[in-house]
Amino acid sequence: MTVQELPGAGASHRPTPPPAWRPRTDAAPLLPDPEPYRVLGTPAAEKLDPELMRRCYAELVRGRRYNAQATALTRQGRLAVYPSTVGQEACEIAAALVLEERDWLFPSYRDTLAAVARGLDPVQALTLLRGDWHTGYDPREHRIAPLCTPLATQLPHAVGLAHAARLRGDDVVALAMVGDGGTSEGDFHEALNFAAVWKAPVVFLVQNNGFAISVPLAKQTAAPTLAHKAVGYGMPGRLVDGNDIAAVHEVLSEAVRRARAGGGPTLVEAVTYRMEAHTNADDATRYREDSEVAAWKAHDPVELLERELTARGLLDAEGIQQAKDAAEVMAAALREGMNADPVLDPMDLFAHVYAEQTDRLREQAALLRAELEAGAEG
Amino acid sequence: MTTVAAKPVSKAAAKPATMAQALNRALRDAMAEDPTVHVMGEDVGALGGVFRITDGLVKEFGEDRCTDTPLAEAGILGAAVGMAMYGLRPVVEMQFDAFAYPAFEQLISHVSRMRNRTRGAMPMPITIRVPYGGGIGGVEHHSDSSEAYYLATPGLHVVTPATVEDAYGLMRAAIASDDPVIFLEPKRLYWSKADWSPEAPTAVPGIGKALVRRAGTSATLITYGPSLPVCLEAAEAAREEGWDLEVLDLRSLVPFDEETVVAAVRRTGRAVVVHEANGFGGPGAEIAARIMERCFHHLEAPVLRVTGFDIPYPPPMLEKHHLPGVDRILDTVARLQWEN
Repeated sequence: MTVQELPGAGASHRPTPPPAWRPRTDAAPLLPDPEPYRVLGTPAAEKLDPELMRRCYAELVRGRRYNAQATALTRQGRLAVYPSTVGQEACEIAAALVLEERDWLFPSYRDTLAAVARGLDPVQALTLLRGDWHTGYDPREHRIAPLCTPLATQLPHAVGLAHAARLRGDDVVALAMVGDGGTSEGDFHEALNFAAVWKAPVVFLVQNNGFAISVPLAKQTAAPTLAHKAVGYGMPGRLVDGNDIAAVHEVLSEAVRRARAGGGPTLVEAVTYRMEAHTNADDATRYREDSEVAAWKAHDPVELLERELTARGLLDAEGIQQAKDAAEVMAAALREGMNADPVLDPMDLFAHVYAEQTDRLREQAALLRAELEAGAEG
Repeated sequence: MTTVAAKPVSKAAAKPATMAQALNRALRDAMAEDPTVHVMGEDVGALGGVFRITDGLVKEFGEDRCTDTPLAEAGILGAAVGMAMYGLRPVVEMQFDAFAYPAFEQLISHVSRMRNRTRGAMPMPITIRVPYGGGIGGVEHHSDSSEAYYLATPGLHVVTPATVEDAYGLMRAAIASDDPVIFLEPKRLYWSKADWSPEAPTAVPGIGKALVRRAGTSATLITYGPSLPVCLEAAEAAREEGWDLEVLDLRSLVPFDEETVVAAVRRTGRAVVVHEANGFGGPGAEIAARIMERCFHHLEAPVLRVTGFDIPYPPPMLEKHHLPGVDRILDTVARLQWEN
């Protein structure tokens, strides 16, 4: 049925025919490729920058170790919870590496590794999950927004910040991370729409790891891919193999370049897989088969790069060992930092609610102080 | 808290001005003085806002400073969070009270607690303008009094002007505040007038200070925003009944000026809280409880409330029955003749 054939289209009460409608732009350039973009294991890998790839490898090994250490700390009760990124390290590392120092990262609660890869102290990155304060670092100092627990609500922040930077004449880019489940949230829609209308220098990275806790992608969206969602907003959608760090790095770099040059936002869907449960509170065996996990294990991001670099003679046993040793140093420091009990001041509860204390809070602070003093005496 | 500095009042320059004009002037002056102040929202540009509060700002400051956004309240407030993170002072408009609800997650999960979760590293100097309340014949979702939702959220300031000079002064104080301010604009007072000089605005007490608008000895009416003129009218009418009513305008709901309220109630020994919002769980419940805690031995009668009914906001043809009016206030005052 065409528009002209719609019931009522030819009704005589319409005084003038509607103006001819045509698409404002050809949607084709915005559409993602049918298959996720890959570099490793393809002829495109010949052009890889050896230095960059060796750095990526070292970061991947460190990231894998970080995930293992954080998970172990959860079992020891040092962390309340840890949402693992085992299997997703390529996305986390690439997101951090494509940004310049002046750029901003907007991580979700799962993206502690991206924050660490950007240079944040691993202990500071885990403060939220340990439970001694909500954010363990100064976001302005590191240009990393607080880890965001509500889904997709950090995306409009990234848009606003990038927009503000451009208004001030700074060529700052914001990269915002979200999961597949987060793309169903209203804030995802509003953020992408704002970014496209404002041509804000933002890169949206969707890590499609297959599940929103237990709900598979097929129950999350009817879109062919999540990258397709970009087309409706008027921005390019890019589909990339999220376990291929060379491919993720290249696609994100291109999106960052485009944003910095005033070309507006890009939506990147990285197809990856969460190898472990959502958190230690989740039982992944209830909603997925071991065979599926095994298939993804054969497509491991660390091994993919290791195989490529080894085959090309860019990495040898010594290089692999060096990366492992560096990762162990990080893990030891993380263990040491997390095993030291944080010193907490209960009076901090009232310190940062308002710039200027209200009478009400002063009264409540006095109550707590009295309780503490009574407790100390008792 | 801060009092907005102002030039000396020139009486000669004062002429009738509306609250809408005073708000517009406050936005203009704040934008002119501070290049980090950005106004944004739906229809705030060419149209000047559906109530014309942002009239002319886009012409004077350009679209980068006064921005028509896509129609999406969560997006507007969420983008404002990012802008504040980068050092701007956004002033966002929610157009109508009930239209603000989609933005509540941003407000409660981020705006109100960003300072707290970052240990003071990332303040949120955002002013959120919410035209609120009834009495203008608005259709459904255009007349809510949502202040109780805002009051219940730590980290937010909540203010509401009831006079033309307060509209200017409180708006300047809200924009100057380093914390997020919910700026509730009583819609039905937009066209209320007072002699006021836009060239030399009067200095008014800033956020967190209540004011006695009418001195009296028999009882204190405690109110704010759109109910202030109703209370003043009731106080005039009460003279015939032999009641000399004091009328106290809270101006700021958070912080709550407990000292001024307590002093007033101790003076008169009787108190009635008046507001449009629903009574159950409404601001009056909190205020009455605080008075009970602080003034028990000074009270000659229980603290009473005159509020909107505990119903969804009614259709416009019935709203006059819902809104606290002079008669209901006087009937309630009569109940203060408390006898054990």
